[in-house]
Amino acid sequence: MAYGNKVIDHFENPRNVGSFDKLASDVGTGVVGAPECGDVMKLQIQVDENGVIKDAKFKTFGCGSAIASSSLATEWVKGRTLDDALKIRNSDIAHELSLPPVKIHCSVLAEDAIRAAINDLKEKQTVKV
Amino acid sequence: MQLDNHRPIYFDNHATTPLDPRALEAMMPYLKEEFGNAASRSHRFGWTAEEAVENARNQIARLIGAPVRKNDRGKEYTQEIIFTSGATESDNIAILGAAEFYKDKGNHIITVKTEHKAVLDPCKYLASKDYDVSYLRVGTDGLISLDELRKTITDKTILVTIMWANNEIGVLQPIREIGAICRERGVIFHTDAAQAAGKVKIDVETDNIDVLSLSGHKMYGPKGVGALYVRRKNPRVRLSPIIHGGGHERGYRSGTLNVPAIVGFGAAAEIAMNELEEESTRLKELRDYFWSEISTRLEYVELNGSLEHRLPNNLNASFAYVEGEALMMKMKDLAVSSGSACTSASLEPSYVLKELGVREELAHSSIRFGFGRFNTREEVEYAVGVVINAVEALRQMSPLYDMAKEGIDLSTVNWAGGH
Repeated sequence: MAYGNKVIDHFENPRNVGSFDKLASDVGTGVVGAPECGDVMKLQIQVDENGVIKDAKFKTFGCGSAIASSSLATEWVKGRTLDDALKIRNSDIAHELSLPPVKIHCSVLAEDAIRAAINDLKEKQTVKV
Repeated sequence: MQLDNHRPIYFDNHATTPLDPRALEAMMPYLKEEFGNAASRSHRFGWTAEEAVENARNQIARLIGAPVRKNDRGKEYTQEIIFTSGATESDNIAILGAAEFYKDKGNHIITVKTEHKAVLDPCKYLASKDYDVSYLRVGTDGLISLDELRKTITDKTILVTIMWANNEIGVLQPIREIGAICRERGVIFHTDAAQAAGKVKIDVETDNIDVLSLSGHKMYGPKGVGALYVRRKNPRVRLSPIIHGGGHERGYRSGTLNVPAIVGFGAAAEIAMNELEEESTRLKELRDYFWSEISTRLEYVELNGSLEHRLPNNLNASFAYVEGEALMMKMKDLAVSSGSACTSASLEPSYVLKELGVREELAHSSIRFGFGRFNTREEVEYAVGVVINAVEALRQMSPLYDMAKEGIDLSTVNWAGGH
């Protein structure tokens, strides 16, 4: 697949690869996809006391555009409130990375991963209260 | 190692091979001054072209053990080789041609689930036209069962078509035994030998073959040319043409012959025959060295298909927890291919690996390496390092690798759903 420069850049220099402790109360973890489909994304967010995402990490099993989409997603969520992060659309990711049509599902997965991580954090915080 | 003009090292010799410079040299006169039509009988241009074509026919016949006879003027000739545009066309003539010609004898065809699409698709077409097609299964080693073949042949069976070497996993079917079964039951046996020719010894007599497909560009010849061997004696095989026209190639395949390509193909066949043993030994050594390094220095690597019954130059392995397309991007100094869905237009992982029982996530993680005549030991040593570094780097960012390391059985995880 001949990708655009932005996918290549994120693939070759992925931002925010890594993991947080998924049991920590300020960390939300989203794992989406399935191995038999060829892509699994784990995206984690860490929030400060005001509910602003101060850091994000990812690990992805998937093709070049899946890795690039998750790398971009971690960059975009940083500094946003949870509500703001929920406004990130897969179409924005696909547009930013100039993903070819057959790779749109990678951006969908990245959006799903953001939502899953936020849901996880919200559930944790509800339980705590 | 210093790459030549930043071009990746070519390890995709099952897709195509570079043209051997000696084949190119043989072609040159026929691309320039010797431009005649091999069917022109009235002047020297035509005669020269025809002679070149007949010489190539003999070269190809010798590679596969087909008879080369002498006429009463001492000139060598063969009648069993037909030139086509490539192995896809050869397979189509063999399958559609036999089905049409023998339709009064029966309507049953046997093939294998792991065949190339050039065989499966003509069979699928026939299945839509009142023919019955049986698809033999393969074991985890990629091999068919001869017993299953015996049981599948009926009195309606007119053709068995089974490839010699698989294009993805390089697995070699027991061709001689299959041919013997077909001979005993009076069924025509066709084999697609596009990947096998020039790599394993072929003898259509001792291997009991009736019809055989070849491709020029898989054996260091030019693209756009192939051949079909059609047995003329014991038994005589007849095929109906699928291209109708001026009656070229004894009516089997009309159309002006591609003389320069045929000459290059012939030269490539002669080189392949002369160098087969030495080259296969060298490539097998390179392949075995590569596999031994990869499989001992990396964990979670699985070979797909039999190692014993395999082309000397093929390796197909799955690198668990790493996706094939990403791995190829990471190994950008190497030109290889993958069975991952992400590299196919259909978004389905390799059907060949699926038939072997390879789990889907491992099919996504598969890479095919095809070593070739122009690969050096130095290139293969370099490739070992590239593969190991790329796999390790991607595993560092793979959530599945982390889970495997934590001892989680991935098959028990309830995945949130994929796409």
